[in-house]
This record gives sequence, C-alpha cells and structure tokens, in this order.
Amino acid sequence: MATKNETSIKAEPGKQEIFITREFEASREIVFKAFTTPELIVQWLGCDELKMRLDKFEPKSGGSYRYVHIDQAGNEYGFHGVVHEVLTPERVIQTFEFEGLPETGHVVLETARFEALPGNRTRLSMQSVFQSVTDRDGMLQAGMEHGVNDSYARLDELFAKELVN
Amino acid sequence: MRRDVFQAIADPTRREIINLIAFNPLNLNAIADNFEVSRPAISQHIKILMECGLINIKKQGRERYCEASLQQLNEVSNWIEKYRQLWEQKFSRLDDLLDKIKKDTTAQ
Repeated sequence: MATKNETSIKAEPGKQEIFITREFEASREIVFKAFTTPELIVQWLGCDELKMRLDKFEPKSGGSYRYVHIDQAGNEYGFHGVVHEVLTPERVIQTFEFEGLPETGHVVLETARFEALPGNRTRLSMQSVFQSVTDRDGMLQAGMEHGVNDSYARLDELFAKELVN
Repeated sequence: MRRDVFQAIADPTRREIINLIAFNPLNLNAIADNFEVSRPAISQHIKILMECGLINIKKQGRERYCEASLQQLNEVSNWIEKYRQLWEQKFSRLDDLLDKIKKDTTAQ
C-alpha cells in the first residue's frame, strides 16, 4: 500500500486553537462523503474502546447532530452541535459541545477543510477554536488517557478548578 | 498557587529564559543581562516559571542559580502526542473505510 500518512497536531501554548492535518489516499469527493454520510461516519469516528451511536445527523447547512460514545461499562457520553455550513466537497463548519461537563456552554467552533491533491489524494485540515485556553487545554488533556472514564474525569476536574477560580 | 504550564510558556520572554538555562543554570543577573526589559520584569517572569515548576532556585555558596526543570514541559508535549494518537486511531479506520469505498466503486 502507499506510504503512511501521519496525523499532525498543532496546539501552540497559550492559544485557543487546535489544528489537525492528515492526508488520505482517496479523492476529495470520497473523503468528504465519509465525513457527511451517517452510515460511513459511525465506522470510523469512534475509537477503539467506544461504540458510537448517531441519534441525529443532518449534514447540511442549518442542520444539527448528536452522537453518543458508549464505553464497555455501558456509560454514555453525548456530543452535539449545529451545522453552520456544508460546502461540498470543500468545507464543513459546525459547533461542538461535550455534554458531560459540569456546566453547559463550553462550545467549540470546528472547521474542516478538504483540499484536493494530485494523484486522487486529499489533505484534510481541521481547525478547532475554543472559548478559552483552559477549554482548549482541557480537550488536549482529555486525550491523555486511554481509559475514557479517566479522560472525562480529568475534564471534570479541570472545569471544576476553573469554576472555583 | 500552582500555575498552568501552558500559560507560563505562552510568553516569548519566558520561553527565551528557559532556553538560556536549559543546559546551564544561571544567576538572576546573568539571565537579566540577556534582555532589554528591566530586572524587576525578569524577576517577575522567573517567579511565574517557578510557580509552575519549570525553574528551581539552587544555592551555591552565596549565589542563587536558576535551574530549568523541564519534566513539566515533557508532560505538555505528552498531552499533544496522546491526543494525536487518538486521532490517528480514527484516521486509520477511515483509511480502511476509504479503501473499501474505492474498491466497491471500481467493482461497479
């Protein structure tokens, strides 16, 4: 098969953004489809320890979505947002919020850009903009643990600290 | 009060201070000589770096040296690395799915 395309993350200290870049061995149209088709997205967006259930998924400008990750103990972790724009096959802009935080309102603005590369390849660039540096760092730290319970407990801790301060 | 390491290294002067003492401890004057800002400003930066554990003060005779303690920074880059691995998992599955879609499309 082709060379391994590495995921690259940029998260500068003291900033509120995360940039994720990744290239794929498929045309932009196909990659875009995999992001915007319910039957396809459930096949890859979860992670190894989690099952994913789509409660709602309207991949169109003005649509909304909600999905749930389910861990091996049966605990559910909900995520939802609204779709600001779907510009096929270039760009998806949406909001994102994790329902498990101590308070609502910690919303992320996500922009996914799909760039056609020669040889029927695609570059995906995802930009996530958080409301604060703490929110951004909390998301990064949530990725630290393999066990999902641990990651969300950490997020709870972080936000509890922020509320106290 | 324990400060957030990310906040501490967000400032370019503080990053420069860490670079200076990364391999050799220096006393306060020696550090301040490298910057145009005032000594009290440098002291304030060093105080912040100490509060988040990136600098330790060591006494040698009558001198006090600032020493870098960079384990904290490694933790920070660990977060990014783990987060990257999470996404790499997802994208690996996406790679497989894309292969499957391409095969199905050519088969038609």
